[in-house]
Amino acid sequence: MTLAFLNLSWPVFANGLEFGGIYALMAVGIGLVFGVLRLVNFAYGQLIMAGGFALAYGSQWNFPNWASILFCFGVVLGLSLVMDRLVFRPLRTHSPAVMLVATFAVAFVLQNIAQLSFGTFGKSAGALAFLNSPWDLGGVEVKKIAVIAVVTAAVCLVALQLLLTRTSLGLHMRAASMDFRTAQLLGVRANRVIAGAVIISAVFAAIAAVMLSVEQLQVTSTFGLSDTIFVLAGVVLGGLNRPIPATLGGFSIGFATGILGGALPSSQSQYLPSILFAAVIVVLLVRPNGLFTRGGGAVQRV
Amino acid sequence: MSALRRAPELLVPALLVLGTALFALQVSSYLQAYFLDTLVKVAIVVALYVFIGNSGVLSFGHVSFVALGAWTAGVLTVPADQKSAIMPGLAHFLLHTNVGNLASLALAAAVGAVAAFVVGLPLMRLSGLAAGIATFAVLEITNNVLTYDQSIGPGENAFSSVPQTTGIWQAAVGALICIAVAFLYRTSRYGRMLRATREDPAAAAAVGISIYRQRLLAFAISGGLAGLAGGIYVHLLPLTAAGLHLDLTFITLAMLVVGGSGSLLGAVVGALALNGLYSFFSAATNGVDLLGWNLTVPQGTAELVLGTLMALVLIARPGGLSGGRELSLPRRRVRLEA
Repeated sequence: MTLAFLNLSWPVFANGLEFGGIYALMAVGIGLVFGVLRLVNFAYGQLIMAGGFALAYGSQWNFPNWASILFCFGVVLGLSLVMDRLVFRPLRTHSPAVMLVATFAVAFVLQNIAQLSFGTFGKSAGALAFLNSPWDLGGVEVKKIAVIAVVTAAVCLVALQLLLTRTSLGLHMRAASMDFRTAQLLGVRANRVIAGAVIISAVFAAIAAVMLSVEQLQVTSTFGLSDTIFVLAGVVLGGLNRPIPATLGGFSIGFATGILGGALPSSQSQYLPSILFAAVIVVLLVRPNGLFTRGGGAVQRV
Repeated sequence: MSALRRAPELLVPALLVLGTALFALQVSSYLQAYFLDTLVKVAIVVALYVFIGNSGVLSFGHVSFVALGAWTAGVLTVPADQKSAIMPGLAHFLLHTNVGNLASLALAAAVGAVAAFVVGLPLMRLSGLAAGIATFAVLEITNNVLTYDQSIGPGENAFSSVPQTTGIWQAAVGALICIAVAFLYRTSRYGRMLRATREDPAAAAAVGISIYRQRLLAFAISGGLAGLAGGIYVHLLPLTAAGLHLDLTFITLAMLVVGGSGSLLGAVVGALALNGLYSFFSAATNGVDLLGWNLTVPQGTAELVLGTLMALVLIARPGGLSGGRELSLPRRRVRLEA
């Protein structure tokens, strides 16, 4: 069997699926905002970090789990709406490169606010740790969180696909991501579409925060940072502009890091980021629209 | 365009650096460390300016050339008898090669320039967002390799035992070299051609300028300056790979953006002013005396202040404080009638 051939155990495989699911959600979150705003959000990881701290406070104040999770959603949503209003909206007319630098700045500001408020060691979010215990699925033991991550990601992505294809908001969002100005001329309301993308992207960030906090119980100011950097690579690999390619890109990065991290000796797996980012460069050069897209439109000329 | 009229473009930044160096000689050795650090930052930001300012293309990757320069100069100057203790995995060839201070700096600059040239060969075809992400990928790869490859340096550990040969003069001369090279490049025909591609790529290409070649040249030059700055830096402090990563990239980009990426003066002023602020708030984590009032701030304040300033400048004044203008003597008015 292939699994045996690759020297993989089922837990490692499940770990790959789990990270694939979480990263796919994050990738779509980043991709949706890119679609309407042409903005690559470096600060996405800090939204997840904020969600992590919300969960940590939830468990400190002995909230029931559902309330902690709700609190996490509220914090992430609020923060991303504020970010959109204060930073993204004034910069909307600037070039994508300027917006990229701006989100880089926002990411650092948020990370250092967290560092200032919660110190270097951060806070512990232990309430959901029980999800690390295994379920027995037909003789194979799989961590509960792995199953939950895969199912949640699948449900969310199907729901998103339905929203994009079956509702008028989805239609507007797709139109805006193809050609924002023409869409506006045809009556698509810019602020409504952007708010929609920002909110959905924040919801996915909150879900990712909840699931990552199960793996990483100590929430610090760098919570979610390296995950976001990986996901950014994955989104570029898959294709930034469309949800399905972004999903595939995010999933494959998560799956690959989950599996290779468990299967390779650390002397090799420590170089995973290099291989990943080398692939990003190659894709940017060879297929700037991403691996999982069919030939994009012609390059704009003067 | 007379040479005299352009003189302030070179002289004002150079005098600012010299003034900083002379002032640094007057203060206590504790404070001097901050001035030394500032002079190194000036060199890095000017290196960034050579590429970003003239080409208008974003680069997150320059700190990798700083890191490569630091690694080169560091590995080649750690005393031979301590090398195997500090860097047990070091490649045989590096274990037995040692050079002096100046040679190590020259090699650091050369390694930076060659690395930037090689990286630029494929990357300079990209612009805008793609260039930003690809150069970010370069930063991640370099950091990843330097952190884990113990055959070329100390890996995750600090670069200890590098002779601390960077004093005020070495730091100041390094910054001045960067400024002079940046000025010479800026005023050369190559610099002008690159700025033409920044203003209007289609028109520049139409008059026969190869955007790719001009960008590649600027990238290699600025990589060389970044390498030199890295060499000077490693002779100042025991650096780590983690210290030459996102934080330094962010800080130096903030300096360039706030000062104004379009001008050499902006780059120098941005570096001096922001590193002054940054040093002040970093020092204030241990408490500083401010007009008789003791100020102590928690760790992270310095980055917070810089990040907020950078975001504000991007929103309110995208050209930076200098607005992309150089300081030059007024032009004698010659009007052409239409």
